Amino acid sequence: MNRHLMLFGLMAALLLATGFLQSWNNALAIVNMCLISAIMALGVNLQWGYAGLLNFGIMGLSAIGGLAVVLVASQPVAAAWHAGGGGILLSALIIGSTAAALIVIKHAVKPPRLRLLGITVTTLSGLFLLIVVYFPAREAIEAVDPTKTGFLGGVGLPIIVSWLFGALLAAGVAWLVGKVSLGLRSDYLAIATLGISEIIIAVLKNEEWLSRGVKNVSSLPRPVPYEVDLQQSEGFIALAERLGFGGVEFSAIIVKLCYAGLFSIVLLVLLWFAERLLRSPWGRMMRAIRDNETAARAMGKNVTARHLYLFVIGSGVVGMAGAMMTTLDGQFVPGTYNPLRFTFVIWVMVIAGGSGNNFGSILGGFLVWFFWVQSEPIGRGLLELLTIGFDEQSPIREHLLKNAAQARLVMMGLTLLLITRYAPKGLIPEETFRR
Amino acid sequence: MDYSLEMLNALVLIGNYILIPTLAYGSQLTLGALGVTLTFGILRFSNFAHAELMGFGTMITIFVTWYLQNAGIGIAPLPTALLALPIGIISTIALVLVMDRVTFYHYRKIKSKPLIFMIVSIGLMFFIGGIVRLLIGGKDQVFVDGVRFIFSAREFKKFSGLSEGLAFKVSQGVTIVVTFIAVIALFAFLNRTRFGKAMRAYADNENLALLSGINPERVVMITWVITAILAVLAGVLYGLDKSFKPFIYMQFLLPIFASAIVGGFGSPLGAIAGGYLIAFSEIAVTFVYKKFFTYLLPATWAPEDLWQILTTEYKFAVSFIILVIVLLIRPQGIFKGKEG
Repeated sequence: MNRHLMLFGLMAALLLATGFLQSWNNALAIVNMCLISAIMALGVNLQWGYAGLLNFGIMGLSAIGGLAVVLVASQPVAAAWHAGGGGILLSALIIGSTAAALIVIKHAVKPPRLRLLGITVTTLSGLFLLIVVYFPAREAIEAVDPTKTGFLGGVGLPIIVSWLFGALLAAGVAWLVGKVSLGLRSDYLAIATLGISEIIIAVLKNEEWLSRGVKNVSSLPRPVPYEVDLQQSEGFIALAERLGFGGVEFSAIIVKLCYAGLFSIVLLVLLWFAERLLRSPWGRMMRAIRDNETAARAMGKNVTARHLYLFVIGSGVVGMAGAMMTTLDGQFVPGTYNPLRFTFVIWVMVIAGGSGNNFGSILGGFLVWFFWVQSEPIGRGLLELLTIGFDEQSPIREHLLKNAAQARLVMMGLTLLLITRYAPKGLIPEETFRR
Repeated sequence: MDYSLEMLNALVLIGNYILIPTLAYGSQLTLGALGVTLTFGILRFSNFAHAELMGFGTMITIFVTWYLQNAGIGIAPLPTALLALPIGIISTIALVLVMDRVTFYHYRKIKSKPLIFMIVSIGLMFFIGGIVRLLIGGKDQVFVDGVRFIFSAREFKKFSGLSEGLAFKVSQGVTIVVTFIAVIALFAFLNRTRFGKAMRAYADNENLALLSGINPERVVMITWVITAILAVLAGVLYGLDKSFKPFIYMQFLLPIFASAIVGGFGSPLGAIAGGYLIAFSEIAVTFVYKKFFTYLLPATWAPEDLWQILTTEYKFAVSFIILVIVLLIRPQGIFKGKEG
């Protein structure tokens, strides 16, 4: 336990050092992303640490969380709804009823040839109806004032609601994905989820009626006050002066502190929930399944159903974190999602922190994100040290220093390689409970 | 208008925009897929670092190409990069062997699960990718030189008198020829030589292979050497045909996995089938068929819509969609690969 406290203390010291050496604004910006990363890592740990499921679709789930923010918090575009809202709803109805019909056919029609015929006819007619209804609606919506809107907009609810909705939406998608792909062998599951998350991003980039695509949705509302408003209140300025900060800097710090408070509440609630799960009989069953699937099956446990359950819950947590991140950014930019940053770095957090240990995941989220951000100055320092023998103006030295930001990839790789080799259980290993 | 001429035009259109690109892109995918399929079949894990191996080998090749270009050494009309290729291959082989000794060797000794190997390969993906980007930077690098076309669209029109042009780039021709030679050589090696047979035996049944005196470390080493050669070939050919950008190879990884899995993970023959199938689908599904039907149908029936199945932005998504469908319906792939 002491070692764990020391590790968290080290993390706090690193953040404090950033505050003193760089700026408090910078340190808080890192803390906020650390909190979000920690929540994502918790979500992945629920799947990987508890059940051994390899979900490489983290990027897609975060993006779905981001979409939820757009759907909940942006104002509805009445003209777009008028132009094509009905068509979109009808398309959804067509997809739903086609899927329902397919399920009925699959279960009710026994002769294989008749079943195949039924499935083909239903799918084709569904597709045909969809083409007739969907494309005109889409075109009509995207034509509504395309430079400003060109999408349906959201429902204009408070943005905090979107965190819950993001979790539900991601969980819903995960249910669909899990339903079809959880039967796959582990590394196939990893590749399949990686592919599915790329498909999700492609859809979000191109379906402009839904998310404005690469045109991005900016100026989303905020759950916390704006800096400008703070700067205009007199009491605030007086407080800033008493504490010895400039008004502008202090307002930025206060806003970030508000975010940090909200994020910490979410993280603590989720941590409490995850710990309860882990220590319950249900958690023991999950570990039993993970460690020996065949034995668990023999004991009458429904392995596939349990896997699906954790897959959905973990994905919901990731979706919530994705929604929180979009809230923090204040804009939804589908083009920024890439698997390196949004899937694999999260995985490094979980593995480095300690698979199966929630505190480990949180520590991993903090540490890895901290170094991901700070590796640029560190990398620059290291490269300067390495090229010390070179001339100041040497082109090789200049070229290397120009690319110093890429050092973060090298550091991620080294971290993962060293951890898997020398501390395969992570910094805070999984605990085994005996009761 | 003469109808047979119209039909010829339609065929040329398909040839120019679907057939030749499919052959070139499919060859690049095939070389990549053969690499991951060999690693999967013999070392038994999905190698996420494969794309970065391609990037590394291509980077070395580019450095040597620049040096040769500066020194005025070339093999025009062919691109200089072909001359630099062997050095790229040798350095990548060296990298892979060091990489295996430092990382994977340990996990083989303690008999780790394939999953651990995969996670280690993700670490290597980050590491090698970072090194490549540190050394060459994140920007686009064009390193193709020599003659651009075997025949250009204009030359073809002049020669045939058709209104549709057919262009054939040197990089495409080189890709197809090199892939053909590499595939023949690989199959000859696997089927005819002692080592090749040992490798296949090891892939089929490890214990039986060990019993009959095959040295597993030797098999692993040769597998890595072949993987490195295939990776560098695929990387350089792709870079010549499109352009070199470090993270393009990362994007290339999933279509490669898709090709290997669609064909049957672990089956070299499947990798070839999968590579061309994925390439064909990506190109054919996003092709605009309007002109094609305009040639084929009577003037009054000429289509007004684009006749495109999916917009071009979904091009990459096509391979993932196929991948997911295959994984769900027939995980073992077209040619039965390792059990899915």
